[in-house]
Amino acid sequence: MTRGSPRVQPFNPEKREYDAFEQALLNDWQHDLPLVERPFAVMAEKLGVSEDTVIEALQALQEEGVISRVGATIKPGSVGAGTLAAMSVPEQDLERVAALVSARPEVNHNYEREHEFNLWFVATAPDEQHLAEALAVMEQETGYPLLDLRLMYDYHLDLGFDIQWSQNATKS
Amino acid sequence: MVTERDKELIGALQKGLPLVRRPYAALGERVGMGEQEVLRRLADLRAKGVIRRHGVIVRHHELGYRANAMSVWAIPDERIDDLGEQLAGEPGVTLCYRRRTAPPAWPYNLYCMIHGQDREAVLARRRELAEKYGLDQWAHRVLFSGRRFKQRGAWYRPPQPAPEKAEVRHG
Repeated sequence: MTRGSPRVQPFNPEKREYDAFEQALLNDWQHDLPLVERPFAVMAEKLGVSEDTVIEALQALQEEGVISRVGATIKPGSVGAGTLAAMSVPEQDLERVAALVSARPEVNHNYEREHEFNLWFVATAPDEQHLAEALAVMEQETGYPLLDLRLMYDYHLDLGFDIQWSQNATKS
Repeated sequence: MVTERDKELIGALQKGLPLVRRPYAALGERVGMGEQEVLRRLADLRAKGVIRRHGVIVRHHELGYRANAMSVWAIPDERIDDLGEQLAGEPGVTLCYRRRTAPPAWPYNLYCMIHGQDREAVLARRRELAEKYGLDQWAHRVLFSGRRFKQRGAWYRPPQPAPEKAEVRHG
């Protein structure tokens, strides 16, 4: 497989198409990143491109936001403390409350969902006490109580996300 | 056993690996750890299952998976582990959790996330799974996502400030 420098362009999900090299980068390296001094060189060899091509493509995809990061997911509960929380917020107040919640460094995901409990967020902290304090502060700042829905068991093995390119890669 | 040094390393990794030729050396520099020690500790954390997945972490929405539904059920305690394990192995299920309930407002204990290109695809897959395992005999809800106010990896250590991605509407 040969290819030139990765394109860096404003991301438009309606227009974006991924070439075979990018598809391989996105789908085939979601786990078992090589644990060697130069992991991108190992990937490059398998993909038939140069090490710098891999690095530049990953940088571009990360810049676009398609890749959140090249990193690790941690087994819940093994490091620090975390929870899923939900709030019921009147629609006219949702933007304000969501902004207050998002501003907390402990919050990594924060979504609106279609339910009476319409704001859902995940919070993680170095320890239980820090997490409890952060949740209490969020209730105080926003003026709404939250549901603290602690994880009891994670059934999923997290093998990554199998992207169905035939349906998604080429959009009109 | 996860040591303090391991936690420092995980903390340094939480925003991602530096995209340079020797990323583990660069990562180690953030926490005063040599390249070989970083490699040894990461291999150990992977072997122990503390690191579940180490690689490219994609965003579903940006890849065209615009709809995602959190499906929840109130499953009796004696059935939940069996059903949760089977559901977790089904294609299209990206997360599957048991969580504490908050009755009466929130009696649901089994959570399953399904991503798809649109609502119809997600609902069709959910219906298949519910029928296969008889899940909808118990109380259930489907919560599609609306606005995404924030999305990044979890931070296990106090982080350095960084710009966040702008809000995106989807679902």
